Amino acid sequence: MSNGLRTTAIGAVVAMSLTLAACSDAPRDETGSGGGSDAGTADAQAGGDLVIGATSDPDTLFPWRATQFQAVQLLGNVYGTLTELDENLEVVPGLAESWEVSPDGLTVTFQLREGVTFADGSAFDSADVVYSLEAIRDEATAAVAASTLARVSAVAAPDPSTVELTLSTPDSGLFANLSTVNMAILSSDDTEEALNTQPNGTGPFTFQARVPNQSVTLARNDAYWGEPALLDTVEFRVIPDESSIVSAMQSGNVQMAVFDDPLVADTATGPDLTVAETPQLSYHVLQLNARRGPLADVNARLAIQCAIDRQQVLDTAALGEGEVTGPITSPAYKSDPDARPCPTRDLDQAREYLADAGLADGFALDTIVSQGEYATSVNEAQNLQAQLAEVGIELTFTPLESGAYVDRWIAADFDAAVALNGGRPEPDGMYGRYFTSDGNLNQVAGYSSPELDDLFAQGLQATDEGKRKEIYDQVARHLEDNAAWVWLFTSYTYTVTTNTLQGFVPMANGSLQYLRTAGFTG
Amino acid sequence: MLDTLLHNGVVRRVAQSVFTLFGVAVVVFVVLRAIPGDQITANLGTEAAALTPDQRAALESYYGLDQPLLTQFFGWLGNILTGNLGFSARAQTSVADLTLQALPVTFELAVLSILLALVIGIPLGMLSASRPNSARDATGQVVGLAGLSVPAFLLATTLTSVLASRFGFNPNGEPFARFFDDPLLNLQQMLLPSLVLGFGVAAPILRTTRTAVLEVASDDFVRTARAKGVPARRLQIRHVLRNALVPIATMTGLQFGYLLGGAVVVEQIFSIPGIGRQVLLGIQQNEYALVQSTVLVIALAFVLVNLLTDLLYRIIDPRVRAA
Repeated sequence: MSNGLRTTAIGAVVAMSLTLAACSDAPRDETGSGGGSDAGTADAQAGGDLVIGATSDPDTLFPWRATQFQAVQLLGNVYGTLTELDENLEVVPGLAESWEVSPDGLTVTFQLREGVTFADGSAFDSADVVYSLEAIRDEATAAVAASTLARVSAVAAPDPSTVELTLSTPDSGLFANLSTVNMAILSSDDTEEALNTQPNGTGPFTFQARVPNQSVTLARNDAYWGEPALLDTVEFRVIPDESSIVSAMQSGNVQMAVFDDPLVADTATGPDLTVAETPQLSYHVLQLNARRGPLADVNARLAIQCAIDRQQVLDTAALGEGEVTGPITSPAYKSDPDARPCPTRDLDQAREYLADAGLADGFALDTIVSQGEYATSVNEAQNLQAQLAEVGIELTFTPLESGAYVDRWIAADFDAAVALNGGRPEPDGMYGRYFTSDGNLNQVAGYSSPELDDLFAQGLQATDEGKRKEIYDQVARHLEDNAAWVWLFTSYTYTVTTNTLQGFVPMANGSLQYLRTAGFTG
Repeated sequence: MLDTLLHNGVVRRVAQSVFTLFGVAVVVFVVLRAIPGDQITANLGTEAAALTPDQRAALESYYGLDQPLLTQFFGWLGNILTGNLGFSARAQTSVADLTLQALPVTFELAVLSILLALVIGIPLGMLSASRPNSARDATGQVVGLAGLSVPAFLLATTLTSVLASRFGFNPNGEPFARFFDDPLLNLQQMLLPSLVLGFGVAAPILRTTRTAVLEVASDDFVRTARAKGVPARRLQIRHVLRNALVPIATMTGLQFGYLLGGAVVVEQIFSIPGIGRQVLLGIQQNEYALVQSTVLVIALAFVLVNLLTDLLYRIIDPRVRAA
């Protein structure tokens, strides 16, 4: 082989193998929130530099388009939002000090906090809010949370500290949905181009420096409107390999990290390290496409539900690290996982449903599985396959690289999908877009009904929390009774910290907002 | 002059290299686009399903995905000729900038690894060859086998975790230091990764050395030299090794080329911000410009190393020059 030919061949192989290596991807879920455990704030003192180990660089610094965990976690500390969530995922005031809803539910008036400034020193007022909300609503911005404002028909600023939203229909879910960093309020003087490299927010930390692929450093915002943070700086240091993060923690270079994988968290041991386990809002689910093939018959879907022992899936695929779940995962609206036709596995019942569907001999289920995006996906599929085989349902699964998975998922090109979906603190934000017939993910969800449409509409109109809880219980019940999907389990994240770091509260939505109360002892 | 060059095949080799690079450009461009998904789904994941058509159109124009493929391809090639490798939306800086940061790091790592590999590989290979099929030879062969068969990721993770948890030694947990900023820390950070890589590269060098030395040792001129009473050491170094250097140089050049391609796994584990990690990040995010241009830069490095190795033969071995 001549040298030229050899280098061509080798060059091509390098290129091919590099591209073929595109199997793994960073986590990319939007999530909501849940209750966190309380960490002692006893002796934390002002000052100190915290280094957080992160496997990946933020993929964007522009808050309206950030969906990657690392980006959302980082930007949540830099930008302010109208409302915020506390550690129990209850809505609390943020840049809006208070708000009022008119009796017909169609006008919402926000009273803005005064004396707030952006990191560049400019003052915050209602013009910034109007600018931000209008831009998020504008499709040309391609803001990922635009649908939060779908019911808003007008935004007005009667005076510098008041903002008035006019709604086309009542929207009780609005306040929780406004709390995500995708709804960050930007200065009306800023441009996306500028913010891509120099974030300018109203949060407890300001952006200090970035070395691409290596680190992002934040500094305390001394002009923050709330209690100033204790830490001088927070550095997100990119250490791509999780076990290298663990070594960096053991040698004291890194003081905090968050892991999804219990096996990795298990190795993070040492006299100076503490691990906190936090249940997540995101949920593992077998999505069923009720608009395709035999699954159009509710009995076929119920047969699947009855043939699955969720605890077994959790135990075999995720080492039992998690909790069996129903549809709604946020603490305030949590579904009873046993409120379903087959709370425990019932093979006789499953066969009966199959017979009712006229499928006594079983049927095939073409299932897509995302490979590499999270550790348990293929194991879940294998266990589901084994369980369903016992009643004659043949689950055939295709493990797909995340890009291929997303393509087929978006096109709803599957009978079933093993999925890990992001949860949200607010049940309408979590499921309205999936299960209402005009929801923008309804095609992917594969199921809707007039009853559900009606229930979701009621949920948005109700203002009383008890009433809302009742409505969303009915939503969950309807989803389970019709086996729209088969909800499996929720898992944990593991926050590993140096013992001297106190006052940080991990949240169920993965937010690191309590960095603002964290500090070192002694 | 031109005649000599043509005669030496240098011009032909350069033309071949340009053709090679064009081939790599086409392949990487096509393969990248054959991967399902695009930069939008890479960034938004399943959330991309919630985009309205207008939102998607806005993003496509932001990432330049709304252009026809041929326009994208020739636009990219044209830009490259003017030194513009494209823009990384993720890092918000030019790919040329990122590459200029990453390339020296990988280059340093490759040089250190090769030096280590030569220091381990050549003497061990010569030792092995000095008494074939003895215990000494077997030892060399075992070391070679270990270097070839122990995966880099295993050696790397074992080294880091043992040194970090037992001895608290983990320079790679600190921010990466460039050689000219902090040479001491830089060399500490390069120590383990170049050991891991060097160990892997030492094996083929060891084996090549052994074979080449054995072959040359049986040549007539060596026998003649020995008969003329040339001392053993002098014979080994001046006559045998010098003549065995051609295959060793070929092997070293080849390995160096591979190392310049970025030792993705090792750079990943030791948090070394080199070219391999840059490609990996680009692939994860479907950053077309970043992956395309970086792969092309890697291919260029590979081609250059090959050219240089070729020229080196001519210096080491007059027979090649004459050919």
